[in-house]
Amino acid sequence: MTTTPYDVEAGDAVHPGDPVVVDRYTAGARVNHWITAISLVLLALSGLALFHPRLFFLTVLFGGGQATRAIHPWIGVVLFFSFFGLFIRFWRANLWEHTDNVWLARLNDVLGAREERLPEIGKYNAGQKVVFWSMSLLILVLIVSGVLIWDQYFSEYTDLEQKRIAVLVHSLAAITVICVWIVHVYAAIWVRGTIGAMTRGRVTGGWAWRHHRRWLRELVSGKGDRNTGATPTA
Amino acid sequence: MFPPLPNPSTKPVPPKFGEQDLIRRSASSVTPPAARQTEVAKLIDTSKCIGCKACQVACLEWNDMREEVGVNVGVYDNPHDLTPASWTLMRFSEWVNPETNNLEWLIRKDGCMHCEDPGCLKACPAPGAIVQYSNGIVDFVHENCIGCGYCVKGCPFNIPRISKVDSKAYKCSLCSDRVAVGLGPACQKACPTQAIVFGTKDDMKKWAEGRITDLKSRGFKNAGLYDPPGVSGTHVMYVLHHADQPEIYAGLPKDPRISPIVELWKGLTKYAGLTAIGAFAAIGFLHHLVKGANRVSREDEQQAKRLAGDRTA
Repeated sequence: MTTTPYDVEAGDAVHPGDPVVVDRYTAGARVNHWITAISLVLLALSGLALFHPRLFFLTVLFGGGQATRAIHPWIGVVLFFSFFGLFIRFWRANLWEHTDNVWLARLNDVLGAREERLPEIGKYNAGQKVVFWSMSLLILVLIVSGVLIWDQYFSEYTDLEQKRIAVLVHSLAAITVICVWIVHVYAAIWVRGTIGAMTRGRVTGGWAWRHHRRWLRELVSGKGDRNTGATPTA
Repeated sequence: MFPPLPNPSTKPVPPKFGEQDLIRRSASSVTPPAARQTEVAKLIDTSKCIGCKACQVACLEWNDMREEVGVNVGVYDNPHDLTPASWTLMRFSEWVNPETNNLEWLIRKDGCMHCEDPGCLKACPAPGAIVQYSNGIVDFVHENCIGCGYCVKGCPFNIPRISKVDSKAYKCSLCSDRVAVGLGPACQKACPTQAIVFGTKDDMKKWAEGRITDLKSRGFKNAGLYDPPGVSGTHVMYVLHHADQPEIYAGLPKDPRISPIVELWKGLTKYAGLTAIGAFAAIGFLHHLVKGANRVSREDEQQAKRLAGDRTA
């Protein structure tokens, strides 16, 4: 193998057995992920409540309109820092490489579940990388535009025209984030065996073989196997 | 002199307008009443204003509000801007007329214009927090206000202010409570020079015509009525000596309209956004329906075992 194991992350490890078990996410990464996930869902619900009159009823979930308006930006702050933690953990393994272009070009085969026609994938495929980088960019846009329209504390720092632009940008970015989130959740549901990676932290060897074969090979060959202390054999 | 409005009876009378007269209600759809009430308007004649601030005092008093003692920074404007308590404000501008070389002291009573096409109401996400009555009054209903500040962004005149105390938006109500029982607004009642008059919108336009003719006869050849068509007219209008340049009156916008950014946000974005979200969800659902789950096969597990086994062998 000539590929660099840049995409093996801390804690990733293979445990031979029947079936083979592969550690994919550490407890820290999982907790970090679920704080982000819960924040994002709460933000989407409270944000949509203020976005379309037909969804205003969602404010009851947060204790009324005033409470929804007051709490939404604070959840945003939690999400921003929580996602920042995920970014630090995952950015390196999400760096774009040539294989990702090939994978994207064969999106038809991806959606048709014809894995045999796809190149061997590292820890993340191009779809996951697109989700990761879109989320990174959009969350940055959302926190900046969000602070600009957080009138309770920051109204003095912008003029009306800037606030108008910020609120439009904020809503467009939020819609895009929700769409990206749907892709993310759907992919996790559609590709069976995935959700366990974020709940128990493990996937089966077969799952890794089918969807992230290069990552599995790297783990088996011991490259970048930083935590288990296994001796590299290849 | 404009004939003063008669004092009303001291006996209780039913309000002249209410819920049944709403033509718009924020974040809700209402069935407008079959017949519109006669549109009312306040006419502010800047050429007659002496800057006494009686209107500001009357507004505070009628609406039972207090303004904090401010600081003088060398201008007459007091307070320095509209606030959650000061719904009206005299704005003083010193302007040198390039034609006459005269210094003109322009005083404009600022406050809600009660637009026929209200940007605040259209931006408001809280059902019933902003209402428009068929007589033209745009009113804030504070128990429904959530304090988001969208009305501030929607307003072409920069009028609403959010209270730091109760996080609700405040602005001139055109004294809807007084108008409902046949009175004029408190500011109009207090004005000593009839720079503020109140009545039906038609009457106010007629009265303005007379004032404009008078001003023109005195050399103000650009005197005119400010009833901007960009917001479909307003229910607070100005007589300006220099109607060709409203900006000189402390930045009164020349052609106010709801910002296209706000229109885009509250229009296309709202519908396209929910459609996009729905479409993504539907595509996911259909894909699963057609393709079924992407499952790991026994063969995959065997291959993994072989690979992992190679390593431990």
